[in-house]
Amino acid sequence: MSKEPVAVVGIGQTKHVAARRDVSIAGLVREAARRALDDAELTWADIDAVVIGKAPDFFEGVMMPELYLADALGAVGKPMLRVHTAGSVGGSTALVAANLVAARVHGTVLTLAFEKQSESNAMWGLSLPIPFQQPLLAGAGGFFAPHIRAYMRRSGAPETVGALVAYKDRRNALKNPYAHLHEHDITLDKVMSSPMLWDPIRYSETCPSSDGACAMILTDRAGAARAPRPPAWMLGGAMRSEPTLFAGKDFVSPQAGQDCAADVYRQAGITDPRREIDGAEIYVPFSWYEPMWLENLGFAGEGEGWKLTEAGVTELDGDLPVNMSGGVLSTNPIGASGMIRFAEAALQVRGQAGEHQVDGARRVLGHAYGGGSQFFSMWLVGAEPPDS
Amino acid sequence: MTSAPGDRQIAVVAFAQTVHRRSSEELSEVEMLMPVLHEVLDRTGLKTADIDFTCSGSSDYLAGRAFSFTLALDGVGAWPPISESHVEMDGAWALYEAWTKLLTGDADTALVYSYGKSSPGSVRDVLTRQLDPYYVAPLWPDSVALAALQAQALIDAGDTDEPALAAVASRNREAASANPHTQLKGPVAQGDYLVRPLRTGDCPPIGDGAAAVILAAGDRARDLCAHPAWIRGIDHRVEAHGLGVRDLTDSPSTRLAAERAGAFERPVDTAELHAPFTAQEVVLRKALRLGDGVVVNPSGGALAANPIMAAGLIRIGEAAARIHRGESGRALAHATSGPCLQQNLVAVLEGEPR
Repeated sequence: MSKEPVAVVGIGQTKHVAARRDVSIAGLVREAARRALDDAELTWADIDAVVIGKAPDFFEGVMMPELYLADALGAVGKPMLRVHTAGSVGGSTALVAANLVAARVHGTVLTLAFEKQSESNAMWGLSLPIPFQQPLLAGAGGFFAPHIRAYMRRSGAPETVGALVAYKDRRNALKNPYAHLHEHDITLDKVMSSPMLWDPIRYSETCPSSDGACAMILTDRAGAARAPRPPAWMLGGAMRSEPTLFAGKDFVSPQAGQDCAADVYRQAGITDPRREIDGAEIYVPFSWYEPMWLENLGFAGEGEGWKLTEAGVTELDGDLPVNMSGGVLSTNPIGASGMIRFAEAALQVRGQAGEHQVDGARRVLGHAYGGGSQFFSMWLVGAEPPDS
Repeated sequence: MTSAPGDRQIAVVAFAQTVHRRSSEELSEVEMLMPVLHEVLDRTGLKTADIDFTCSGSSDYLAGRAFSFTLALDGVGAWPPISESHVEMDGAWALYEAWTKLLTGDADTALVYSYGKSSPGSVRDVLTRQLDPYYVAPLWPDSVALAALQAQALIDAGDTDEPALAAVASRNREAASANPHTQLKGPVAQGDYLVRPLRTGDCPPIGDGAAAVILAAGDRARDLCAHPAWIRGIDHRVEAHGLGVRDLTDSPSTRLAAERAGAFERPVDTAELHAPFTAQEVVLRKALRLGDGVVVNPSGGALAANPIMAAGLIRIGEAAARIHRGESGRALAHATSGPCLQQNLVAVLEGEPR
């Protein structure tokens, strides 16, 4: 039995901001879902199942919020699944939803991910009591900064590369009406002179905390045939996990990330990602993760990722645009951030990305990671349906 | 979904669970889970590296920390890297995700596990955090109080009375006597009212526990298990959250899930129901149209052991184990989540004719 091809026919996002005080959690998710339905020209009755994801429940202080959200998402009387795979959850949620279609369990599925960080305090939500975590880790930046320094040492990358990524992503965000940070006066100099937070990570090289939601309508071949706008077709999708900490773990280029990308490329028939993929929405919460993930994903050889960034290859008008939407560096509703990468990849191949559209994008990668660089989820979407 | 699409059939080939206990403060969640993972793998002879897909269910709120499942993954031994996912739900839904993954053909075997420790906190208080955060949760209505509303609604409707509920409690705990994993077994006093009309005997024990299941597709299942428990259908449905808009004496989501899982196509001989409160068994029996000939909760059910996040997966495991042992030909397993049976899953399992 071959799998049913999976198409993205509807995409909806909220305007991501620091605090959406005008809506409840239910109001926030419904706004994104409603926009995805409108994009697909479908109604709530057309949805067979709902798959929802978000990062830890402590961020809003609601345990298993999908129970409370069942009504707002039109899920009453339907199956509803709740996925949680740390920072990669937005991507994983989309893949779980895609599997429901691929397995022919359901024809049309609404998938949605959100975070409303303003409801609570994310720093508190992640401040784990001893003995679960060593004290003085100082947030996510404190965890990732040493790995960035390891990358700089191993690759010989100049110190300016991180700032180049941040400057690019913040300029890209200006072209994306849904992006959280719209810094109209951004300059490279401003990034480089921003305060140092966790050496070598400067303030302007970090992601914001956002309220936001992202939704997609996934459907089968028949559903795609009825779609009013061009669908994006899933050409490959995979998840991989490895342990948090162990002797021999490569934090600079985790094996799970490499394996996940290889699986996606195998499914999609990609042998040379650098030439065959037209753009990538990569989960980059700290700017230096762009060159690091370029290598991990096979777009550049080991120690070569920073050269693509420095040469402008990853600019919006470059040869391999990365984070055309402005990326996680400009918008970070944590649980939704992975799904936004997946959705922005789909927008690109549908030709619906507006001002940040890459001309002629036919195959685009969406990428998410989470935990201590241990959970990975990715998909490759295309303008053409998969062979078979 | 009435059955698996195409010809691909998926079976439960192994099941393991902890001895569920009131407290396991000397053990971390990972330490509690590890023996169960080893046991379920040993039953099939599989190693972690032989498993194509892994999926787990748990809740950060029980653990009292964010990303609690990441440590359990370390216990699985995810090296070389594995294909893995997690639901913030009872493990029964993790099993559902694994079932769909196997249906796509991307995997032939799956490890499903779930665990929960209720002992570190007050689980009645913790579960209030599941409720509508703006209008209901601030009032802290606890899980027993909400179940009591449901029980009183049933009594008012003439569907049951207190002696009938006591009989449900007694029957489940009597059955639990034969189950070495249960927490409460044998004669247990109905006790005083906890929240009227529910007495302590009508309520589940609070406890810690873990469970694991291995799924396999087609011939792989036959290789791994002499008598696989084939999943003929599995479906789950959710209802509105607000108790005021639901008829608490009925469970339309259970009925619909059962219908979609094919439960009504032929009678079942066994039913494992996830009914933590006695009155909920009354609701479920009606929704599932279970006749007197059906053996209900031969394991003792959730009234004998209710490790939150694992109790639903245990129902599937117990039903499958009956089929493995030749004690059942066609069994129904049910899992629930949310206040007053808000979300329900039904699986229909069958053995092969012997």
